[in-house]
Amino acid sequence: MADQSQADRDWRPSAPLAALQLRATLLARIRACFARKHVMEVDTPALSAAATTDPAIHSLVTTWHGPGSDGARRCYLHTSPEFPMKRLLAAGSGDIYQFCKVFRDEERGDLHSPEFSLLEWYRTGFDHLDLMDEVEQLLTEILADIAPVREVYHWTYRDLFMEFAGIDPFAVSAADIAAELQRNRIGLPVGMDDAPLDAWLDLVMTRVIEPRLGQGLVFVRDFPSSQAALARLRSGNPPVAARFEAWLDGVEIANGFHELADAGEQRQRFMNDNTRRRSTGLQPLPADERLLAALQSGLPDCAGVALGIDRLLMVASGARCLDEVLAFPVERA
Amino acid sequence: MASYSTNEFRGGLKIMLDGDPCAIIENEFVKPGKGQAFNRVKIRNLKTDRVIERTFKSGESVEAADVMDVDLQYLYSDGEFWHFMDPQTFEQQAADATAVGDAKRWLKEQDMCEVTLWNGTPLAVTPPNFVLLSVTETDPGVRGDTSGGGGKPATLETGAVVRVPLFIDIGEVLKIDTRTGEYVGRARE
Repeated sequence: MADQSQADRDWRPSAPLAALQLRATLLARIRACFARKHVMEVDTPALSAAATTDPAIHSLVTTWHGPGSDGARRCYLHTSPEFPMKRLLAAGSGDIYQFCKVFRDEERGDLHSPEFSLLEWYRTGFDHLDLMDEVEQLLTEILADIAPVREVYHWTYRDLFMEFAGIDPFAVSAADIAAELQRNRIGLPVGMDDAPLDAWLDLVMTRVIEPRLGQGLVFVRDFPSSQAALARLRSGNPPVAARFEAWLDGVEIANGFHELADAGEQRQRFMNDNTRRRSTGLQPLPADERLLAALQSGLPDCAGVALGIDRLLMVASGARCLDEVLAFPVERA
Repeated sequence: MASYSTNEFRGGLKIMLDGDPCAIIENEFVKPGKGQAFNRVKIRNLKTDRVIERTFKSGESVEAADVMDVDLQYLYSDGEFWHFMDPQTFEQQAADATAVGDAKRWLKEQDMCEVTLWNGTPLAVTPPNFVLLSVTETDPGVRGDTSGGGGKPATLETGAVVRVPLFIDIGEVLKIDTRTGEYVGRARE
């Protein structure tokens, strides 16, 4: 809790007024884009009885008291509006988008905040490739007179790793990566002894590749199936996830899927997540049965993407950390 | 044994890494949206003074280093150890050549120094920012030359050699900045 002298120093916003104005401008432009395309703005709950089971994403938890709560009910703050938005799609909403605050525990840094603004949208009849094009169009349009998108690059996950790190992510082992890092005089990370290959690939991504992505809009697609998250798998050798990520000027800003619609496979992934959670000492979390029921009833073929608004704003205004575009970062909240 | 999780990392924190006591200089959190979180940390090894960068899987815990800085009075050297004393408790500490390092050029008996203790034994010695030392050897002083140009080497009572103005004579007491090893001026009588 801030004492009075600290409050005297930090009651003001950490972002300049120009950043707050730019946020308002970008939100208005995005809303105008979606209105023109007849994508409907929706609003779904931030408090949920279920949580994401993803072992790499940590939910904040709170307790609801009140009539209907049976005294006290555990609620998770959503880390993404994905599950309820898919329920809307399954119920026949058609194309939808949402701006919302999402919450993630255990995250704080120049590019991370425990609460942040997300834009998430779903297009029926799109696959992830169509949606990548739409992300490019949207960013090009809304940033045209602010921070024009000049170069657009497309990589598969494998080609990206081959090009920037000299590693084939589908043929490499954790030991190979450790050896490669040492060759590049990067000290071996602490605590990675039992880490799965995906954690090592994440290390290469953040330590070696991301710093070299440079200016422009970079799309990466065809992730390993172990990193499919909520994307459907495409058959092939090896099979890859119909998932993409986008980086703007080296900052990860969006993640999209050709959405998994198979309720059985979705249930299996929730269970696999919880198995991994248990093996790493994390609590298993309640799978969203209402999402599974919605998928069972039928999710229209669709692609969805989440885009970090604070990071977009940060890059568009040339800021180096989120605090320069947030009115009140968590330390001043 | 006390330990710190990566969520407690901040500048100045003392931790054990590869068996050596270290101080965290900078801590950066990195994480792919759907992936493993890491702390990229800039660390000074307090034994070697080298700065390295290491990555920690977020959530890991590391052992705390029992490191603290104390103000001790320098007593004398027996050639192998440099002996210090806490003027309140009279407790003595002996620092070896590695711990004393470069500081030995500036250590004068009775001076107060900052001694970094690791597990209770001296790890590093920081001399006072300014010391007063007398000149034991230098070319004869050139009277009246206060131009400050040029200068000459002078050996001080501790054995340190510094550049001094031409007018300085043997026996004079000089004020030296130990951080730069430079002559500041004559000591006021």
